[in-house]
Amino acid sequence: MDLTTQYLGLNLSSPIMAGASPLATDMDMVRRLEDAGTSAIVMHSLFEEQITREQLGTLQDLELHAESSAEATNFYLPAADEFRMGPDNYLETIRKIKAAVKVPVIASLNGTTARGWLNYAKEMEKAGADALELNVYYLPTSPMETGDAVEKRTLEIAHAVKSAVTIPVAVKLSPFFSSPAHFIKVLEGTGVDGVVMFNRFYQPDIDIEELDVLSDLNLSNPSELRLRLRWMAILYSHIAMPMAVSGGVHSAEDAIKATMAGATAIQMTSALLRHGPERLKMVREGMVKWMEEKEYESVAQMRGSMSLMRCPDPTAFERANYMRVLNGWKI
Amino acid sequence: MAERRMVTLDGNEATASVAHRTNEVIAIYPITPSSNMGEFSDEWSAQGKKNIWNTVPSVVEMQSEAGAAGAVHGALQAGSLTTSFTASQGLLLFIPIMYKIAGELTPFVLHVTARTVATHALSIFGDHSDVMGCRQTGFAMLSSDSVQQAHDFALISQASTLRSRVPFMHYFDGFRTSHEVSKIELLNDEDLRMMVTDDLVEAHRKRALTPDAPQIRGTAQNPDVFFQAREAANGYYAATPAIVQAEMDKFAKLTGRQYQLFEYFGAPDAERVVIVMGSGADVTHEYVEWAMAKGEKVGVLKVRLFRPFSIEHFVNALPSTVKKIAVLDRCKEPGALGDPLYMDVVTAFRQAKDAGTTTLNPTVIAGRYGLSSKEFTPAMVKAVYDELAKDAPKVHFTVGIIDDVTHTSLPVDDAFDIEKDDVKRAMFFGLGSDGTVGANKNSIKIIAEETPNYGQGYFVYDSKKAGAVTISHLRFGPRRIRSAYLIKQANFIACHQTSFLEKYDMLCNAGQGATFLLNTPYSKDEVWNTLPKEVQQSLIDKKMKFYVIDAYEVAKATGMGVRINTIMQTCFFAISGVLPREEAIEQIKKAIKKTYGKKGDAVVQKNYAAVDHTLAHLYEVTVPATVTSTYAMPPFVSELAPEFTKRVQAVMMAGKGDLLPVSAFPVDGTWPVGTTKWEKRNIALDIPVWDNSICIQCNKCAMICPHAAIRPKVYDPAELSKAPETFKSVDYKGAEFKGMKYTIQVAPEDCTGCGICVSVCPAKDKSNPKHKAIDMAPQMPLREAEAKNYAFFLDLPEADRTTLKLDVKGTQFMEPLFEYSGACAGCGETPYIKLLTQLFGDRALIANATGCSSIYGGNLPTTPYTTNREGRGPAWCNSLFEDNAEFGFGMRLSIDKNQEQALELLHRMGSSLGDELVAGLVNADQTTEAGIRAQRERVAELKKKLQALGTAEAKWLELIADYLVKKSVWIVGGDGWAYDIGYGGLDHVIAQGRNVNILVLDTEVYSNTGGQASKSTPIGAAAKFAMAGKSQPKKDMAMIAMAYGNVYVAKVAMGSRDAQTVKAFQEAESFDGPSIILAYSHCIAHGYDLVQGCEQQKLAVDSGHWPLFRFDPRRIEQGEAPLQMDSPAPKISLGTYVRNETRYRMVEQMNPEHFRHLLATAQREVTNRFATYENMAKLTMPVKTADEK
Repeated sequence: MDLTTQYLGLNLSSPIMAGASPLATDMDMVRRLEDAGTSAIVMHSLFEEQITREQLGTLQDLELHAESSAEATNFYLPAADEFRMGPDNYLETIRKIKAAVKVPVIASLNGTTARGWLNYAKEMEKAGADALELNVYYLPTSPMETGDAVEKRTLEIAHAVKSAVTIPVAVKLSPFFSSPAHFIKVLEGTGVDGVVMFNRFYQPDIDIEELDVLSDLNLSNPSELRLRLRWMAILYSHIAMPMAVSGGVHSAEDAIKATMAGATAIQMTSALLRHGPERLKMVREGMVKWMEEKEYESVAQMRGSMSLMRCPDPTAFERANYMRVLNGWKI
Repeated sequence: MAERRMVTLDGNEATASVAHRTNEVIAIYPITPSSNMGEFSDEWSAQGKKNIWNTVPSVVEMQSEAGAAGAVHGALQAGSLTTSFTASQGLLLFIPIMYKIAGELTPFVLHVTARTVATHALSIFGDHSDVMGCRQTGFAMLSSDSVQQAHDFALISQASTLRSRVPFMHYFDGFRTSHEVSKIELLNDEDLRMMVTDDLVEAHRKRALTPDAPQIRGTAQNPDVFFQAREAANGYYAATPAIVQAEMDKFAKLTGRQYQLFEYFGAPDAERVVIVMGSGADVTHEYVEWAMAKGEKVGVLKVRLFRPFSIEHFVNALPSTVKKIAVLDRCKEPGALGDPLYMDVVTAFRQAKDAGTTTLNPTVIAGRYGLSSKEFTPAMVKAVYDELAKDAPKVHFTVGIIDDVTHTSLPVDDAFDIEKDDVKRAMFFGLGSDGTVGANKNSIKIIAEETPNYGQGYFVYDSKKAGAVTISHLRFGPRRIRSAYLIKQANFIACHQTSFLEKYDMLCNAGQGATFLLNTPYSKDEVWNTLPKEVQQSLIDKKMKFYVIDAYEVAKATGMGVRINTIMQTCFFAISGVLPREEAIEQIKKAIKKTYGKKGDAVVQKNYAAVDHTLAHLYEVTVPATVTSTYAMPPFVSELAPEFTKRVQAVMMAGKGDLLPVSAFPVDGTWPVGTTKWEKRNIALDIPVWDNSICIQCNKCAMICPHAAIRPKVYDPAELSKAPETFKSVDYKGAEFKGMKYTIQVAPEDCTGCGICVSVCPAKDKSNPKHKAIDMAPQMPLREAEAKNYAFFLDLPEADRTTLKLDVKGTQFMEPLFEYSGACAGCGETPYIKLLTQLFGDRALIANATGCSSIYGGNLPTTPYTTNREGRGPAWCNSLFEDNAEFGFGMRLSIDKNQEQALELLHRMGSSLGDELVAGLVNADQTTEAGIRAQRERVAELKKKLQALGTAEAKWLELIADYLVKKSVWIVGGDGWAYDIGYGGLDHVIAQGRNVNILVLDTEVYSNTGGQASKSTPIGAAAKFAMAGKSQPKKDMAMIAMAYGNVYVAKVAMGSRDAQTVKAFQEAESFDGPSIILAYSHCIAHGYDLVQGCEQQKLAVDSGHWPLFRFDPRRIEQGEAPLQMDSPAPKISLGTYVRNETRYRMVEQMNPEHFRHLLATAQREVTNRFATYENMAKLTMPVKTADEK
């Protein structure tokens, strides 16, 4: 079965890869992922905001009580200078993964300032990343900020980073755009090499006992795939750059659906965190088995077969779908 | 030869720099002010810095100085070049082994920051009482005067010890030299190699114990030979002075700095000479220089090599014209004919005269100066020379104090000042937390290293930990600066905190035409009228220049938060003219890049922005011609304060304690209790405000408050008739005090504003949960009204202790007898101590190990332990660091003995006192508050009867009758004491079966001395001496104590389960045998905002790092398992807990993989330990047999 895929200009053994997660921080996990057959490793995001906060916060923790008492002029040695509070650890991890495995490494970046986006992107390239995933994870909480401004900013970042590095760049988006199809089409115009759909915001919960807000991580479930299937299906024939699906792929069936909707790359994260890296192998083998049974020759043959333009009933992807489903919920 | 660099560093770093490069093994134990030398060594070794033989020295932290001394002895015997650093009590612990090392003629240098030995009180500051306490050990003693000398003598002593085989103690003045930042020429490795030559090292190695060429030492000798064998080493001592001089001469050839064993400076025909040792010699030198210019025939003899004392070098160093000599000692030997240096000088003259080696026959008088870093100034030096000029000078005198009791002191002209105009002098008043000192250290570096100027910095810190004030003294000038004393006349004074204006008389140190820089929220046009009239007067009288900046506004605008260090530093450079403005700005930015570069670009950028913003917000104020202010600086304490507080403590609070005469003080160090309440420090920016409509009356806020600054009361509604207008109150909710009123009241002027009360408050407004029953609000607008409310609140009657339920809520209605201590804002230790005093304070004796708890518990001017309305309260004492368990145990022995005697007398006198009373006294049940009260009433009745009887026996019993009321002995200290230095004693004490209660305030680190690792430090946490993360597991003290089987053991964390804490305290106290409570205490050394302290405690418990349990031997009798778990199996991973703390995070940031390994090991340890406890909790034991009972 021919699973080979070209994504972000990288020749991959299959579309299935480990998505951005903390798994990539542990070299044992990284090796297990390679053994499980991941076609690439997408690293967890480097968050500029977090780095900045950590720098300022740690410094405050270190300095707040320094030079306050004759007996304790500091609480940590000047060796605190050895602290690496910048992106060093992340860059070091890129180097380590590159040394540990043969598959391509896609570094992931979430910046907050133009300076941060550019500097860190260049550093990642220097550290050996094969491609970049720009994780435009941004919550416009201010009512004064227009959707137009959010889009403009995203495009500027994509353009700037693309111009600054020579390795391929993908942009990972949230689904919360007024017209995702239009926006992604415009995004393609900036020259980026791919789009990842979609990032998942941590959704806060409310603790009704303690009257508190909880911000714990909840992993994805397969139902989340549907949102992605729809937008990939809609966009498939409108854009040339490859699409990667991220969020909701838990089984071989999910991977097949994503490919049929038009995904070139299939990123798995929650399923791997829940069941371990070996899950990836199961999904890939399941996909192969299914394709063999159905006598497919390659993933290329299957890709986009159920997109909006090709599927037998495109209305199912359109607005009527919503109406129909809702009507079905009558009690 | 490589060029030598000029660098600025302090005496400790200067010394360690040589010691680390010329040794192979370094065994240390932290003690102020020497700790930094060990820390530097550890850090350098951790960074892989090599010594001159190209190998990284091994640095190891021991459990005490006695342990360090033992390790040193062993390493020396096994042939390594070995060193150590210590001071004060630490040095005293070295003494037994110093005799051995000297007796075995072993080359070794012990570097000592000379510090006061505790007598009537502890002092961390400098004098020679510790080093002089070792002059009999056989060590050579080499003294340095300054930072450069400390650096140089570290090398000369190392070379000399190897050549002479006599071990050396190299010492310099604690703080004055150890902590003074100064510009020095740094010796390079080639210098070190030239002095410490390979042949010397080879000889040392060849004497090493080795099974390949075995020898034995340390034999036991008997009357037949010991004496002769002891005298066999004489030749080595006789040869040492010449060896040291030869090394000094060799050093001079290398560096151009010539030293002498006894170094004379002054007029060649001097008649009056002062003999002095240490930093005081530099001050005297400065004066002599001045006096010689005036034509006076004076000189100073600086003592370098005090042991072996070379009479020959001594007499030859003095000018033949000398007629009168004053010998100055920086220590006190009560009862002696004189202090040590004086005694030696007198003996030296006598012996030289008898031997015919001198014709000198001067008058010799003896002076004592500078105890505990007491200032020693040119004015005092002048007083000494003036005294010498008299026909009949005092033979024994003191200088620097006013002794109005035994009249030993010399009069000193305080206005006398000889500092030259070309030395720029600047003083900075800041808060510890605002970064003032750090910025000043940085400024010295910039000026001293980037210009030809010399620089000196000395820093005076507060005795309180919360809201600590720092005063920086900076000098810059074209020559080496010998002024080892505080600045008296400054050209530049900066006040970094507006609130200091009404607290400290800062401008009293301003010279004519000096500049005053004030950080204030007021504009240049408004500021004048905000100044107290004293400040205005000084600005006008001294024709000062006046600048203002709103540093907090600039900090906020540039994202610097509350750090105003860079901003104020920029102001200093901009207006002081020490450097051209542009060059200064460039240098500051360079320094910022150097300091913060590695910590991240964000920090650097924000600091740059702060520098650039500062200049645009710095304004000169035109000083008006007349004083317009109507308000004066308020008095330090209220008129209502006791006489002693007003007369003595208030002076100390104002920073003028130096002016107090001897007569002001108790003769034995006894100090009045309950005096923190008079020191209204007003350090909180925000204080808690109570919303009585939401409060659920749980009293948790009071329970956790580290400073007893928020309190509840329940009282009769009738009391409210005289309540101030804004006093809040609400109906009491519980059934036990139905119909009563309830109030939570904050002490606005004593609160430190930590906010931990708000963090634990469980009562949220249902419509707006952001608002709780207590919220923080700015203190200033509330201060006056709340101060009135608090005064009214304190006057409300206390709850009847006998009716209170002993749970979290009930205990908080008990009056805290530990209040407003100087502990850090948000301290995790003090709530436990406060609880102790609430439950048992009126009958408690507290033995307190040295450490944070002895400092906030007993550091002057004011102390927090107080009394209730009956005048009862904790009796508190600090003995040492290492002996605290034994100290408290001794208290128990004494109490038990007194009680035993009282009972014996009761029995003997039985009939004459009334059988019923005697039976009541003897059989009293004192397990409850009511029982204790009843017993106190019986004792009162007994005393009446005894007075009526009037017999000798009756008088004897009356004296000790109070011991019939149960006393509670508490042995309190930190983990450094309990796990390390005091562990042997603690272990012995719990093995004795006596009724003592041990409270271990476990911060998992040596907090007071700045965060060194203890055996309580957990795996993975960074601490000094474990910078890469501690690799060994935390000692399981509870398990060790439980192994005895008959010791009550509890592990508590108030922030996690306060109810369990309260229960454990009661059980421990009621257990008639040894009890130990291990109390988790969050600490600033953990590296996070302590407002999260209780959250972290919860995580510590939930992760299983700190399981809660109680082991009560009494349960065995009930057929139950003695161990009872109070927290469930770990619910969260250890990582969730530890990653919130910088002490762990820094390890991860430095080396993530190493940290992952440490964390995994720690996780396993936690899991294993919990499983062990869980299994133990299932174990029941057979009850005692009849034979055992």
